[in-house]
Amino acid sequence: MSRLEARPEPSRVMMLASPLIAALAMLLTGSILFLLLGQDPVHAFFVYFIKPLGTAYGVGELLLKATPLILCGVGLALAFRANVQNIGADGQLTMGAIGGASVALAFPDVQAGWLLPLMLLAGMVAGMAWAAIPALLRTRFHTNEILVSLMLVYVAYLFLSYLVHGPLRDPDGFNFPQSKMFQEAALLPLLHDGLRTNAGFVLALLAVAGAWFFCRRSFAGFRMQVSGMAPAAAAYAGYSEPRNVWLAFLASGALAGLAGVGEVAGPIGQLQPSVSPGYGFTAIIVAYVGRLHPVGVLLASLLMSLLYIGGESVQMEMQLPTAITGVFQGLLLFYLLAADLFIRYRFKPRRPAGAPVAPASGNSPAAGAAAS
Amino acid sequence: MSLDWLIPFVASTAAAATPLIFASLGELVAEKSGVLNLGVEGMMLVGAVTGFAVTLATGHVALGLFAAMAAAMGSSLIFAFLVLTLQTNQVATGLALTLFGVGLSAFAGRGLVGQTIEPLGHIAIPGLSSLPFFGPLLFQFDPMVYLAIAAVLAVGWVLARTRLGLVVRAVGESPHSAHAIGYPVIGLRYAAVLFGGGLAGLAGAYLCLALTPMWVEGMTAGRGWIAVAQVVFATWKPRGILLGAYLFGGVTVLQFHGQGMGLDIPSEFLSMLPYLATIIVLVLISRNPRTILLNKPMSLGQSFRADA
Repeated sequence: MSRLEARPEPSRVMMLASPLIAALAMLLTGSILFLLLGQDPVHAFFVYFIKPLGTAYGVGELLLKATPLILCGVGLALAFRANVQNIGADGQLTMGAIGGASVALAFPDVQAGWLLPLMLLAGMVAGMAWAAIPALLRTRFHTNEILVSLMLVYVAYLFLSYLVHGPLRDPDGFNFPQSKMFQEAALLPLLHDGLRTNAGFVLALLAVAGAWFFCRRSFAGFRMQVSGMAPAAAAYAGYSEPRNVWLAFLASGALAGLAGVGEVAGPIGQLQPSVSPGYGFTAIIVAYVGRLHPVGVLLASLLMSLLYIGGESVQMEMQLPTAITGVFQGLLLFYLLAADLFIRYRFKPRRPAGAPVAPASGNSPAAGAAAS
Repeated sequence: MSLDWLIPFVASTAAAATPLIFASLGELVAEKSGVLNLGVEGMMLVGAVTGFAVTLATGHVALGLFAAMAAAMGSSLIFAFLVLTLQTNQVATGLALTLFGVGLSAFAGRGLVGQTIEPLGHIAIPGLSSLPFFGPLLFQFDPMVYLAIAAVLAVGWVLARTRLGLVVRAVGESPHSAHAIGYPVIGLRYAAVLFGGGLAGLAGAYLCLALTPMWVEGMTAGRGWIAVAQVVFATWKPRGILLGAYLFGGVTVLQFHGQGMGLDIPSEFLSMLPYLATIIVLVLISRNPRTILLNKPMSLGQSFRADA
């Protein structure tokens, strides 16, 4: 650490450069990994990151997989800005999927236009309800929201498993643990023929715009961010801490729930034992890599989505396991956290002995990312 | 009334409690030194997949256990470097370690799915194990069950009664004071995190070498997180971990024995019990903020920079 000194103020340039540095470091490590697996790294790189984008269908898949990541990621970015550590988005997404699917399965013969909005609403309410539990326990009983929201993910998975094995199982489905396929009116309309991208992506873009407006232009958003960045100042100004926690959880829960409906009413089209390959957890990385900024989240979601479809691409072409995606995602977050060091510190310039040295700050209470 | 059901019940409770004890105990030591490591779940998975692979390749469970500890320590070293040397946020870095461990173990374990090994054998303690009823009840577990209990006692003794324990606690309570009187804060925290990593690896290896002798992706199923929660409800005291882990072991086992005991509840709801119990116990212990405040290491979760 002796080669480093604290910057007089956090570097804005590094704040934006850090995700790019992290992505480059991830690509470099990835190439080495491919080399170790006995693959030509250039070819593997091409198959993983370039080839999936070579067709319109591939780009459609990119947007499709980015949709739940954007929705969850925008919600988590809001929560993290408020210093509310909601890491249970995958559970809220699962409950949202259950909520939306329940509406579709309750009205199997309805072909009217009100069905889909009702499903979306039900999913958001279900996600909010699930997020309300850690909010209530934190505000009422001071219970750690990280652990509660995480435990509820497993409860949600098990509840979904119970439903598809029991009450919501398709009676004509040869005992497969899945619900009936949804009727046409319960599916999100496709944006373009031949692509699987659906109206959920538009909703995700609206969520980005809404979150941006909320943070930059609304007083409620301002209060929430002050509470997250400077709890003492927020308390002095009379902003309510419980209200901040509730707002953060309900907003992120609603968006995760929406993402859940988007999955069952989109690419899946029914309720299955698993509705998410961990989108809610990947969204944590998305939120950090996106600097907790709605537009950053949008870009980070596209990168993460590329990691998912690239993983499928190398599996099909090179028989490499898709699990490599998870390794890349973890590496990306590690590199990002390391690169963030240079937001607050810089290398000491070589100077003659006796030159003044800026005093280093002591504790760093929050991630550099939270300071955006 | 026959007590025959008690013997298998206690046996499976002990087996379910043992990994929780190891993982929580390691996390407790790290937290006592002031480092909150939320990567337990990831380290357990890295340990599990390594332990299984090495045992499968060599045929020696002991080698598998050592390899699991080494691998999980290696992953905790990444965390320690980021958090202690580069001073990254502990919560975010711990989450990163968990996500990385989940991904890495799934990737590394792709060829291990479906393979089976000879699980860790049970030892009968000479003399005691031939006692009627109590012999099979208490003295015929696998060695790790006893080792876990011994580890709790040993760590409790070191933390409470030795100079090393005093220094670790000082570093966790007030790193600046500890630094001022000449203790290597960062070095001790490195050691504490690595110790936690080693025990998490052991916990993970126990899952796939003793509890269910096979590798399944994500087989920890949140046990790493329950272990983190357990440190809170043990109020950072080793003996509390022992109690908590056996309580949770019992709850976990209920899902296997519940339907046998005539409970007409879908198995999914019984499987929810450990998670729900974790939430309930967390609420009970956190209800009074003073309980947490009085027991939590004061510098938990905060970075420390010596040259400030």
